[in-house]
Amino acid sequence: MIYLDNSATTKPRKEVLETFLKVNEQYYANPASLHQMGNEAEDLLENARQQIKRILNMKNVIFTSGGTESNNLALFGVAHANRQRGKHIISSETEHPAILNSLKELEKEGFEITLLKVNGAGEISLDELKNALRNDTILVSLMHVNNEIGTIHPIVEVKALLKGSRVLLHVDAVQSVGKLQLSPEATPDLLTISGHKIHGLKGSGALAFNQLELAAVQFGGGQEFGLRSGTVSVPHAAALAKALRLAEPNPAFAKWNQELRSFFSEFHGVKIVSPETAASHILAVAVKGIKGEILVSGLQAESVIVSTSSACSSKSKDTSHVIEAIGLSREYKDGVMRISFGAFTTEEDIASLKEAFKKTYKLIK
Amino acid sequence: MKTNQILVRYGELSTKGKNRSSFIGRLRDNIRQMFADLDSIRVKAERDRMFIFTDSEEDMQQILERLPKVFGIQSFSPVTETALTIEAMQAAAIAVVDKINREGKTFKVNVNRANKDFPHEKLEIMQTIGSSVLRNFPELTVQMKKPDIELKVDIRENGAFLMAEVIQGAGGLPVGAGGKALLMLSGGIDSPVAGYHMLKRGVRLELIHFFSPPFTNDRAKEKVFDLAEKLSHFGSSVNLHVIPFTELQLEVHKQVPDNITMTSTRRMMMKIADLVLAETKSQAIITGESLGQVASQTLESLNAINAVTHSPVLRPLIAADKLEIIETAQKIGTYDISIRPFEDCCTIFTPANPKTKPKLEKVEYYENFVSFDELIQQAVQNREIIKFPRKKENKFEDLL
Repeated sequence: MIYLDNSATTKPRKEVLETFLKVNEQYYANPASLHQMGNEAEDLLENARQQIKRILNMKNVIFTSGGTESNNLALFGVAHANRQRGKHIISSETEHPAILNSLKELEKEGFEITLLKVNGAGEISLDELKNALRNDTILVSLMHVNNEIGTIHPIVEVKALLKGSRVLLHVDAVQSVGKLQLSPEATPDLLTISGHKIHGLKGSGALAFNQLELAAVQFGGGQEFGLRSGTVSVPHAAALAKALRLAEPNPAFAKWNQELRSFFSEFHGVKIVSPETAASHILAVAVKGIKGEILVSGLQAESVIVSTSSACSSKSKDTSHVIEAIGLSREYKDGVMRISFGAFTTEEDIASLKEAFKKTYKLIK
Repeated sequence: MKTNQILVRYGELSTKGKNRSSFIGRLRDNIRQMFADLDSIRVKAERDRMFIFTDSEEDMQQILERLPKVFGIQSFSPVTETALTIEAMQAAAIAVVDKINREGKTFKVNVNRANKDFPHEKLEIMQTIGSSVLRNFPELTVQMKKPDIELKVDIRENGAFLMAEVIQGAGGLPVGAGGKALLMLSGGIDSPVAGYHMLKRGVRLELIHFFSPPFTNDRAKEKVFDLAEKLSHFGSSVNLHVIPFTELQLEVHKQVPDNITMTSTRRMMMKIADLVLAETKSQAIITGESLGQVASQTLESLNAINAVTHSPVLRPLIAADKLEIIETAQKIGTYDISIRPFEDCCTIFTPANPKTKPKLEKVEYYENFVSFDELIQQAVQNREIIKFPRKKENKFEDLL
């Protein structure tokens, strides 16, 4: 099988699995225990934390179970800790459900949410953001790279816009970390990362942040500075640190992306959904009058794995909220498929995809 | 273009006449020792300035972080080396100025064209570089006399060297210029601060810590290691003497009444410190005692404790109040370590009602029934000596 669904999840690296296994065998003690084995596990945990802080250039890191938990902690944590200062939060309508559904819950608690609209390329307007800012705004939460179509939000500009105000910036970098570097001047107040999108393990993630007040959302033994109770999984933490260290941008992605764009543009009734400026590892295309599922199973018959717009929204019947938001025309919006590259993607995989698509296209048209 | 060296200015030290060269040598050795954990570093001392070289960006970051704490340095500047072309110098100039706070500041370029083969005249270089900096940073205004920011461009045979940022140093005299003393380091908030005050006066430190396993655990020891590491960042390395104290402490407990054990325990510590002082050729004992803070820190207690030694006992915090001490601890980065919740040997065996006014004769009377000398000798002999800063070993390298 040729796996081109790396934005849904990735294959763990051998090195990461080795780390996970070794840590489970040798450092299985509870890092909060006072004995020597506990000390060693704690030592390893803190080394993993240091490494992640250094790579992300952030001051604090809390280990979580993944992107969704990190996003929940960021939103509820900031909202609950700052409610006396204001109850207004700004985000965008194309965020991940982990953000959108958390915001819905916060709305029930009395917070006011503004979701910025996006244009056909999935881009927000900085003017609209500027106008949305109020005296009681406490947080802006934006993803760095959109998981369905690859649109890059202008974090540098957003950060510059918020400079000097007390509005905090949270960036969900699940799809960008290890692939797109955030420039130092765009360093957010909070940053979400996930292990399994960078050839790490499912069940591992982190919320990184720079000095700020955060309220806990999970209560118990007070681990992770009291912000995320529960025995810390040192093997997952070490595996995350390793996956992050090994993650690096692949210059071939841009080349393959261009190659596929010109390939798909030759087909009648095929539209490229991802904007030209999108991140190069995600390419969404749509076929007129065809359902996305049919494309997915057609390509699968040729041993190529892609997905409909996103794994999270592909199981519900409705069109994805991202595709709705960018206003893709009626005849295309049900026919979106997403191709996403990973560290193990090769030149040959791209060639196979092309062949498989040619066959599938012939069959369905 | 790379920032691969730091120019260090001596300041106060320059006026010290005949002692000058020994002070410079001292500072150079201190810097070498302090950065012993960073392999890439070279130090070159000249009569009126010193250079620190490294090719590792990570190590450079470490130096810039630690150097402001080193006593004996007035100020220092990162130096950026670049190729011998006008374009390279322009780019480097912009990068160098970009790192400085420029709002409302005045600016000038100063060129030293030591390399006479460089095919541009001094004035031309000044103008080209100056105008490209001003184009990029319109917030700057030119002022030739006493500008806030002076960009120095040194054109030599092997490259051009640029600097502009001037970072304040800690001032004072190099550690070691004021002799050596032994600090009693407990793990609490006060003793590291006491040590810091003496370092500021140029006193080099030896550290002594009393360790009572299994009543105190490895994390308590780790805490003291971390404090020692911090104290080794002010201009000289330090040795930590870890004294195995359990047996002696238990013996004291057996021999003297409960309300005197504390005084007696401290007398034992002082006796041990006196022996280590002699062995390390230190000239005084330093403690973090502050009058009235706890039962052992009344004048009566100090008398009873002090009676066992003839060495000067320096107590730089004796009249400081707790808030002042905490403020300093936070400033020097020891506070967060000191408040970690692990027992040290003073907090265990603490009697419910320690005597705040112990009588020396009584204490001596109770101690009289056995000889503690042998246990004291043993403790000193069996001590563990660790040098700080410790080389960082990354034993998890293959895992992470």
